[in-house]
Amino acid sequence: MYDFTYAKPASLADAAKALGADAEAKALAGGMTFIPVLKQRLNKPSTVVDLSALGLNYIKLEGGKLMIGAMTPHGSVAASADVKKAIPALAELAGNIGDRQVRYRGTIGGSLANNDPSACYPSAVLALGATIKTNERSIATDDYFQGMFTTALNPGEIITEVQFPIPEKAAYAKFANPASRYAMVGVFVAKTAGGVRVAVTGAGQNGVFRHAAFEAALAKSFTPDALNGIATPVGDMNADIHGSAAYRAHLVGVMAKRAVAAAK
Amino acid sequence: MPQISLTVNGKPASATVEARTLLVELLRDKLHLTGTHVGCDTSQCGACTVQVDGMSVKSCTMLAVQADGANVLTIEGLVNADGSLHPMQAMFREYHALQCGYCTPGMVMSAIDLVETHPEGLSEEQIRHGLEGNLCRCTGYHNIVKAIAAAWPLMHNKALPVAAE
Ligand SMILES: Cc1cc2nc3c(=O)[nH]c(=O)nc-3n(C[C@H](O)[C@H](O)[C@H](O)COP(=O)(O)OP(=O)(O)OC[C@H]3O[C@@H](n4cnc5c(N)ncnc54)[C@H](O)[C@@H]3O)c2cc1C
Ligand code: FES
Ligand code: FES
Repeated sequence: MYDFTYAKPASLADAAKALGADAEAKALAGGMTFIPVLKQRLNKPSTVVDLSALGLNYIKLEGGKLMIGAMTPHGSVAASADVKKAIPALAELAGNIGDRQVRYRGTIGGSLANNDPSACYPSAVLALGATIKTNERSIATDDYFQGMFTTALNPGEIITEVQFPIPEKAAYAKFANPASRYAMVGVFVAKTAGGVRVAVTGAGQNGVFRHAAFEAALAKSFTPDALNGIATPVGDMNADIHGSAAYRAHLVGVMAKRAVAAAK
Repeated sequence: MPQISLTVNGKPASATVEARTLLVELLRDKLHLTGTHVGCDTSQCGACTVQVDGMSVKSCTMLAVQADGANVLTIEGLVNADGSLHPMQAMFREYHALQCGYCTPGMVMSAIDLVETHPEGLSEEQIRHGLEGNLCRCTGYHNIVKAIAAAWPLMHNKALPVAAE
């Protein structure tokens, strides 16, 4: 690892200043992605700005919305009575990210800022139509994800909170890579007041995406059988040593049906 | 260079580290606590698991500076003052839950946290799910799972509830 300067600001304003003043400064959340990247010398930050002292580790259920602070670790989301009550699918998703050690440290903000094409949270945020709050603005989820490892965040912009509207029912079904637990394919379905939304992670060449054909079919009938015969275009799928594009396209349908069957 | 102080196995420790020093490097190279192992480069194997403020974490994926002020427990801190083993260590020995022993310190640290955070009981499935962050290339896990189930009653001073069918 290259050396760097370490800073642990005590206020959001100071953190924004430290990140804004220097294009080579980078934020550190749980470090579950960032520290392995640093170990491989794939990144050479001048300053690492630790976000852990900004008071962003909280969960609130207020005014029909679930608010999760950016620094809230996956394990806390999984265990939260508020999350289990409002959006049980989200608690379950968080409880199956990586392993227990990863869940103690990895955060929702870090996962969304990173936007790994196999990460779990992006599918929940997209399917639930959540809003991503930063130190600069609020970003609607449909504008946020812009391809793998790419988001609408400006350089130095800090995610502070994610706001979830409460769905009628929802579920996440993941086919996990057995070694890393990342999604080979993960499908999050949500039946909301505004309609049905289906988001797919792990499968697409451009990261998380909404599945319009599935959404249309499920809007007519929210049942697994409604998805019979609807193919997912193989050309849009990612292929790697873990699975071919055709394999992933097939899995998208299987996982979507499982999620619809499990939705509550 | 950052100066940090923390508590390691109940004793105060302080060190001057580089910002890039990993917690596991601090423990092994500076504090000479070599029971904590490094088994991978990818944050997957869990051989480096220690407890930081009661939570099991991968010390290869945390900076030493992030542990400033924290309470760190390693495998060396488990043994009782009279030299007797922690119940989890004793059950790993009893149930032959190790072969080469490389994964063992991380397994034991992770298992203790798993048992401590499940006072209501712990099913075999929960134990297996709870060990996803710890890889063992020797044992096939069965005896590790048995050892953890056997340590639960000793750590909670009551019988392990049998899961309702
Ligand atoms: C063994 C292992 C298994 C895993 N399995 C899964 C899995 O099954 N599913 C899954 O979804 N993920 C998985 N992960 C990833 C894990 O969820 C990470 O926690 C997550 O991807 C990154 O979150 P972090 O808090 O660790 O962020 P960090 O690693 O600290 O940061 C990641 C990136 O985001 C930036 N960043 C962090 N916080 C903010 C913020 N608030 N505002 C702006 N930028 C920010 C950082 O600068 C960095 O570039 C796994 C990781 C490991 C090591
Ligand atoms: S050494 Fe493998 S997870 Fe830390
Ligand atoms: S006993 Fe050899 S790796 Fe587990």
